[in-house]
Formats: sequence, structure tokens, C-alpha cells
Amino acid sequence: MTATASSAATSEVQDDRPYLEVDDLRVQFKTEDGIVRAVDGISFKLERGRTLGIVGESGSGKSVTSLTVLGLHNMARTRVTGSVRVNGREIVGLDEEKVRRMRGRDMAMIFQDPLSALHPYYTIGRQIAEAYLVHHPGQKAKAKRRAIEMLDRVGIPQPQRRYDSYPHEFSGGMRQRAMIAMALVNDPSLLIADEPTTALDVTVQAQILDLLDDLQREFNSAIIMITHDLGVVSRVANDVMVMYGGHAIEFGSVDQVLTEPQHPYTWGLLQSVPSLRGNAEDDLDPIPGSPPSLINLPSGCAFHPRCAYRMIGGGPCDLEVPELLPTAQEGHVVACHLPENERRRIFAEEIKLGAE
Amino acid sequence: MARYLIRRILLAVLTMFAVSIVTFLLFFAVPTSPAYVMCGKQCDAHAIAQTEHRLGLDEPTYVQYGQFMKGMVAGRTYGTGDLAVKCPAPCLGFSFRTNEPVTDIIKRTVPVTVSIVVGALVIQTVLGVGLGMISALKRGSVFDKTAVGVSLVGASMQIYFFGPILLLIFVYSLHVLPNPGYTSPFDNPGQWFTQLLLPWATLGFLNSAIYARLSRAQMLETLSEDFVRTARAKGLPKRKVYARHALRAAITPIVTIAGLDLGGALGGAVITETVFGVNGLGRTAVQAVNDLNLPVVMGTVLLAAFFIIVMNIIVDVLYSVIDPRVRLG
Ligand SMILES: Nc1ncnc2c1ncn2[C@@H]1O[C@H](COP(=O)(O)OP(=O)(O)O)[C@@H](O)[C@H]1O
Ligand code: SF4
Ligand SMILES: [Mg+2]
Repeated sequence: MTATASSAATSEVQDDRPYLEVDDLRVQFKTEDGIVRAVDGISFKLERGRTLGIVGESGSGKSVTSLTVLGLHNMARTRVTGSVRVNGREIVGLDEEKVRRMRGRDMAMIFQDPLSALHPYYTIGRQIAEAYLVHHPGQKAKAKRRAIEMLDRVGIPQPQRRYDSYPHEFSGGMRQRAMIAMALVNDPSLLIADEPTTALDVTVQAQILDLLDDLQREFNSAIIMITHDLGVVSRVANDVMVMYGGHAIEFGSVDQVLTEPQHPYTWGLLQSVPSLRGNAEDDLDPIPGSPPSLINLPSGCAFHPRCAYRMIGGGPCDLEVPELLPTAQEGHVVACHLPENERRRIFAEEIKLGAE
Repeated sequence: MARYLIRRILLAVLTMFAVSIVTFLLFFAVPTSPAYVMCGKQCDAHAIAQTEHRLGLDEPTYVQYGQFMKGMVAGRTYGTGDLAVKCPAPCLGFSFRTNEPVTDIIKRTVPVTVSIVVGALVIQTVLGVGLGMISALKRGSVFDKTAVGVSLVGASMQIYFFGPILLLIFVYSLHVLPNPGYTSPFDNPGQWFTQLLLPWATLGFLNSAIYARLSRAQMLETLSEDFVRTARAKGLPKRKVYARHALRAAITPIVTIAGLDLGGALGGAVITETVFGVNGLGRTAVQAVNDLNLPVVMGTVLLAAFFIIVMNIIVDVLYSVIDPRVRLG
């Protein structure tokens, strides 16, 4: 692969610091009903070659976080504070034209619903080639070759012919692959995949995850995998961030979060995943209640109305927001008022056993 | 595609057939005899009966209809012997009033209406769609608010209010424009233009208001679509995101509506022609109805239906060209 001079300049790896650094990020939307605090103080780092899984029920702020990294919010109605550094460069408050030049190569995104995310009137091939042309202006013939090559790489049969197909002529799985081809056409250093496999059946899902794996190995990209499927996370992620109501409530390595989780919400997520339990569907325990309104978050711990272990009535859970604090395990942080040994005991005695 | 078109054309012929029957029946549902209208008060019963006989109105309705259809398809001969007048197919008959062949009347009035309607359409799409799109892109700005306000006023204004005011100002007070009328653009393009400027401006401006509102809403909706976000996420510059991705999708329903509007308007820009006193298809049709001038009524009604049906087919075909998801069949 030959990189052009400009691509080498912007994608140059600064080895001394993580490729993506998010610090105390807050995103608020002004709406008629009030201010939506979609993301409320999130921090994390991600190095090249590594994958961060972001999990949480829908409405917890996952997509908003990733859109902020690409600078895609409508700034007229959005307030973003804190810091997002991509390859050392601050994105928050950066001139739109400068962010634009980074999109697609310094950071790229695979969207959740490829049917609505692809333009219905243009062929798949043209849409992929267009993405290539943004960073390689004037190279039309090369863009077409490259688009066909990418279609081939994501496993689309007869890519030459399928280049001229429209999105509605593809199956759901094929569209998702095309979307991935489009996101990868400029060999992005950071790839954000927003629930890329949600709508797909298990076989296609596995193929797509393998594909992302290969591409990461080849280009040493950093990947953010957004999903509410802990099975996916356990397969691809190095680190996991669990989000609830716009907050990170647990963060750690994939082993720490999936095998020794310490937050009651994470327990709930684990118990609602069939693949990790290996049981029939009827053993599923979805978390009772529904996700909170981000306009009017519950006081104290936002999860307390749904938490089976809450301490309220003079207790701290409905009064104080729990901070994200270190545990005995290096790199594992949890935001819960329960003492750590208590959390370990509950998990070992009630949750883990129940899962087996 | 070919099969689709054949089916649509057959359906169109059937529709025209139905329209002709309904018009005929409606016409004869009117209790007054056309002969009475033509002849006036001085006519006695005998004179009226004579006129009716001359016009063929004394025949049963179904016979008259049969003769009309025969004329459409094969042509028709009026009168007998030396007085016989041939009317080649498609024969729509002769005006009860002027004896002018209806086909001639149509040939004379269609260019007038087409001139008015197409000119206005150019103004309303350029001005209306342009304003609406810019408004959407600058949502909430002073420009947007002004445009929304103006188009609200425009959309609730009527030609028969706005037209006479413009006439008063530009023709009767300032004398900067001639009285509206029609001159063939092939004879005198300058006069064609200045005489039609006022009808164009009136109709075009008022319709712009509707198109501006429509385009603005359509564009705002499109701008919130996922594929527009994808276009931005690729790193495309704003200009391309708007022109290539958003506009392309937002314009499709507007093309449809413009096409259908055009079909409807060609059937007679009745109010505009009446307000500005221009003798197009619309004014002729209204007059013919008032005069119970059956051949002219039939001719103009059928032509109006024809325009509407043809534009419907064109719009459907166009839609399938613009939107690859649409399959004709
Ligand atoms: N542009 C916006 N304006 C107002 N509210 C928004 C906007 N985008 C997202 N939200 C709200 O922010 C919250 C988080 O959304 P999102 O990040 O999409 O959740 P998810 O974790 O499912 O991806 C949701 O309650 C959503 O309704
Ligand atoms: S802080 Fe309290 S309410 Fe929140 S998760 Fe922990 S125990 Fe439950
Ligand atoms: Mg989402």
C-alpha cells in the first residue's frame, strides 16, 4: 500500500500518546422539552491496534459519543464541552473545515442502519468511490478500482457487477458489508462501528466481526465497537466501557468487566444475554424497568430506581452521584456506592451462580 | 416498461371515454336548451325547434353521442348535398356560436394557455424551490424567517385580488406594461413577453409561495436523513453534501408535484386568464359552458383531461428514472 504524502502527514502515528483521548466529554441538546444531557462527563483513551467496546441499553448515549468524535453534531443546537483528541488534535471547537478533512481517514464510522445510511439514489459502488475521492481528489479510475477491491474484501460476490447495484438491491448483510467497505476505503486510523451487526443473523454477524479483526490487524487501526450485545464485546474488545444514562458506570479490560463485573447494571446486562449463559431463552432476565429520561435523570445514582441492591431512605444511592472509582484490580473502575467486597460477594454468590 | 406504458395508455383511452360520456350526460342534464340561449328572447317555439334541428339537438342523446364519437374517430359530414361540410377526424364539431371548427379554436387557444402556464412554472420552480432550499439550509436565520413570512402571505393570497392590483399599478398608473394579451412569440417575441409578464409574475409569485413552503419542508426533512449524515461522515464538503446528496433526494417529490400541477394548469388557467382578460383555453371553456356551446365544452374538457392524464404518465415515468427503487409495473 502506498500512502500519499498528505495521508502520511495526517495519519502519522504519535507513539507517545493514545490515538484517541476523550476527557470529561459532555454533550447537551437543546430541545423543546428541555436540555437533553446525552453524554455527561465521559473519559477514555484508545490506542491504535486496540478495540474498545461501548455497551449499554439504547438511549444511553453511545451513538452521541461517537458522533462527537467525528464532529457530526449540529452545533446550532448542541453544546459540547470537554476534550476529544484524535491523533493529538483537539476536535471540540475545531473549525468545521478542518474536522471535515479528518473525517473518513483519521476517523471513520460504520452506521447502525445501512438501509437509511446509504443514499437510495446512488449505486453502492459510486458511494464507496466517492468516499475515496474525498481524500484522493481527481483519481476517478483508481477510485472505482479501489471500490471494487473493497467490495471484494468485505466478501461481496461478483464485486465488479455489484458495483452498479443500488442499496435496495442488496440484502441486509450485504448492505452492512458495503457500509463497512465504504468506511474502510481510506484505511482509517480510527474506526467507530455503531451496532454494525444488530440487524444481522448470527452467521453474517460472525463473518463481519472476523472481517473487522483482519482489517485491524492489517492497518493497526483503533476500533470502537458500540453494541448492546455483550457476546459481540467478548469476541472483539480489549477494553469495555459500560454506559448508563449518559455516564460511564464501569470501565475495565474485557475480562474484568465480563467475568468479574462489579456494577449491578452490568450484572443486569450479563443476565440478559443468552449467548453468555448458554441457556434457553426462557431463562433470560431482562433488567426490570426502562432506561431513564436524559432530560430528567433520577437523582443520585441514575440506576437506583431499577437497582435491586440500592440503599435508599437516608442511604446514599438516591442522594449522591457515585463517582467512577478504582477497584483492587488495576484499570478496573466502577461507579457504585456498594463497598467493593460486598459487590464481589454478591456477584460470586448471587449472579454468577444464577448464570450457571 | 413497454408493457407498463401500453397498459397506461389503454387506461388513459378508457378514462377519456368515461370523461366524454359524463360530460355529455351533464350537459343534457341542464334544463335549458342551447338553442334557446343562442336564439334569445325574440325566438318563438318554431325558431327554436328549427335551430335545434340544425344543430342536431333534436336527436336522442345516445345518437348525438354516437355521432360525436364517429366524428372523433372517422370524421363526419354535416348537412347534405351542396351544403355538406366535411369535418375530418378527429372531428370535434363546430362552435354553436361562431361555426368555427372546435379544433381551430383549440389550436388558437392552447398556445396562449401553454405560454402562461409554462412561464409561471419557470418562475415558481426557480423562485419557489430556490427560496425554500435556501431557507432550509439557513434555518432560523433572518432570511428564513422573512421567506417563511412572505410565503405565508403569498400562499393565502388570491389571483383575483393580487392580479387587479398589479394591473392597476403597472398598466393603468405607471404605463410601463401593455395590457395583457397574447401575441405569437414567432411573430413578435418582445410583445409576447411584455404582454404576458404580468400574468406570469402574478401566477408565478403566488405559486412560488406554495413551492417555497413545500421545498423548505422537504429539504429540512431530507437534511435530517441518515444518508446526509453519512455523506458528511465521509468528509465531503458541505456544498457536495447539499447539492449531491440532500437536494437530489428532496427534489424528487417536488418534481412530481410540479408535473401534476402542470397537467392540471394546462387544462385551463381559468382564473388567471379571466383576471387578465387573455383568451386561452380556460376562458374559452368557461364561456362555452355559459353559452351551452356543447362542441366547445366537449373539446376543452377532453383536452384538459388529456393533459392531466398525459402528465400523470410522464410524472410516473420520470419518478422511476429519478428514484431507482421505483419499478414501473
Ligand atoms: N440531535 C439530538 N437532539 C436531541 N436529543 C438527542 C439527539 N441525538 C440523540 N439524542 C438523545 O440522546 C440520547 C442518547 O442517544 P444515543 O446516543 O443515540 O443512544 P444510544 O446509546 O442508543 O446510541 C437519547 O435519549 C436521544 O433521544
Ligand atoms: S449506587 Fe446504589 S443504586 Fe446505584 S448501582 Fe450501586 S447499589 Fe445500585
Ligand atoms: Mg445508537
